[in-house]
Amino acid sequence: MSDDAIYPKTMTSRRSFLGAGLALGGAALAKPALAGDGEAAILEKQDWTQYLGDGVDARPYGHPSEFEKNVVRRNVSWLTADPISSVNFTPLHDLDGIITPNGLCFERHHAGIAEVDPAQHRLMINGLVEKPLVFTMADIMRFPRENRIYFLECAANSGMEWRGAQLNGCQFTHGMIHNVMYTGVPLKLLLQEAGVKTNGKWVMPEGADASVMTRSVPLGKAMQDCLVAFKMNGEALRPEQGYPLRLVVPGWEGNMWVKWLRRLEIGDEPWHHREETSKYTDLLENGKARRFTWEMDAKSVITNPSPQAPLLHKKGQTVITGVAWSGRGTIDRVDVSIDGGRNWKTARIDGPSFDKSMHRFYYDFDWDGSPLLLQSRAMDSTGYVQPTKKQLRVERGTNSIYHNNGIQTWHVKANGEVENVEVS
Amino acid sequence: MSKYLRIAIMAWTAIFIVTPALAGKFNLGRGATEAEVAAWDIDVRPDGKGLPDGKGTVAEGEVIYTEKCASCHGVFGEGIDRWPVLAGGHDSLKSERPVKTIGSYWPFLSTVFDYVNRAMPFGQAGSLEADEVYAITAYLLNLNDLVDSEFELSKQNFVKIRLPNETNFIADTRPDTPIIAEGEEPCMTGCKPGPVKVTGTARVLDVTPAGDKDKSDSLD
Repeated sequence: MSDDAIYPKTMTSRRSFLGAGLALGGAALAKPALAGDGEAAILEKQDWTQYLGDGVDARPYGHPSEFEKNVVRRNVSWLTADPISSVNFTPLHDLDGIITPNGLCFERHHAGIAEVDPAQHRLMINGLVEKPLVFTMADIMRFPRENRIYFLECAANSGMEWRGAQLNGCQFTHGMIHNVMYTGVPLKLLLQEAGVKTNGKWVMPEGADASVMTRSVPLGKAMQDCLVAFKMNGEALRPEQGYPLRLVVPGWEGNMWVKWLRRLEIGDEPWHHREETSKYTDLLENGKARRFTWEMDAKSVITNPSPQAPLLHKKGQTVITGVAWSGRGTIDRVDVSIDGGRNWKTARIDGPSFDKSMHRFYYDFDWDGSPLLLQSRAMDSTGYVQPTKKQLRVERGTNSIYHNNGIQTWHVKANGEVENVEVS
Repeated sequence: MSKYLRIAIMAWTAIFIVTPALAGKFNLGRGATEAEVAAWDIDVRPDGKGLPDGKGTVAEGEVIYTEKCASCHGVFGEGIDRWPVLAGGHDSLKSERPVKTIGSYWPFLSTVFDYVNRAMPFGQAGSLEADEVYAITAYLLNLNDLVDSEFELSKQNFVKIRLPNETNFIADTRPDTPIIAEGEEPCMTGCKPGPVKVTGTARVLDVTPAGDKDKSDSLD
């Protein structure tokens, strides 16, 4: 994504907002009319109740129901020059719980999806080590393993919203995130195998794709909780997620989680490479830019309802749900407001609460059918409270691109449409 | 054993010998050879560490840039479509629309050399010779009005070149918004005066991809 590419160069013509929302999920939720003796869905025999289905050989690798074909990653084509060096977005509004299915994890790559043959893949450790080493995939699988669930969020997630509400859908405003269980080897064990010299302070992971991605990771983080992962949600990494090997840097910006990991160099200084100078530095209003802004601050978003998932059932019992996460720990609480942040109620967190993992929250209430200004506000285990967008703009201006964790507002109208808005 | 054979064996083992790791406790992996490390260890730092021998002039760089870079980055580094702008943007960082280029934003010249060398041209990564990378880097300096057209960049003079925005990078000062003390809770009622009003909507811009129509644009 080029620097100013978080805003469209030319505005497209206006399109029907409701059309976009309903096309994505409305049809299946429409309330059927009840006439005569009852519903055809019950009174008439359905094909699937009468005839035989596919056998066990039909789908050796299963896939979702055809009725879920709209549940896909989506690209915002004006964001980048070419889909080969681009990003697509996780459909958060179609998901529940805390785990992102492998095929729906957003993708960001800089030179397309590298198709790496694991038999030819090598991981090298060099630089300030006692002994430069080379590992095969088989070697790596012989180290003790760990299983950890972590979110990965792109630092540019919500970057299109700095100057105001722009994209209608949490898939687009917040979809550069996924939450996955990784199986991998603690990076510490691999580095210890090579023996880091006492003047070694930084680690540079490097990818094997045609962007040969590099970042500088402080040694302390590398030794603390980084993983070199080969499985996601139990199966091999997907090619677009770095098969056969990727770095996991818990709680820190996604760009550092180098995919197709082929090399780890130890050095005494950071490298100041392209992805930590030209990109992933945060320009402030005064012209200064923060660098090495690694941690992802606490953040939350209501995923349902949201612009792509309108409230079609009208008034009555209503489930509001969303996700929250923090790069500094666990989520202690999430508050929900239905009046634009004037009054708050504490939501119910359900499901596991893991360090640096997504949390799922619910707010169940009786909607009176009047318009709502929905917000969620996360608080993490350090006491950090998710700020308003206004607070962030006061501190940083609107040119930071990265690390926009401000509170999102959805305007639910009386007819159930939902729109991305900014509020007073 | 003849003297020459013995030397040959010693040389061979020095390069290719496969020994178990001594440093770690798992005894996994093998020693990397010097040739293997040299093949992958191409990274360059601001202090010049990692720079290969070589040199290139602005004039040489212009020829290579025009042939291999300009179709995306523009003849003057202005950027075609969404491809990155490489030159200009002077004094734009405090403006409403900053233009972040090598001259206006990037802190270190080594980043240019390293990135062009490892990842450019797009789709032909790693195809440039060291002298070509020096020449392209020199030309990018010239496009940014930082050196004259007679300039030659080399391993020897590389670290003397400083980029204008180097000193404007600062450490991460987050968290820069309030943190709640233990036992306290954030505002729960009457947190804003009066009814909250909508001040802006995404509909005004309407740049959201429209549902099914976008499937053709999807990456998968």
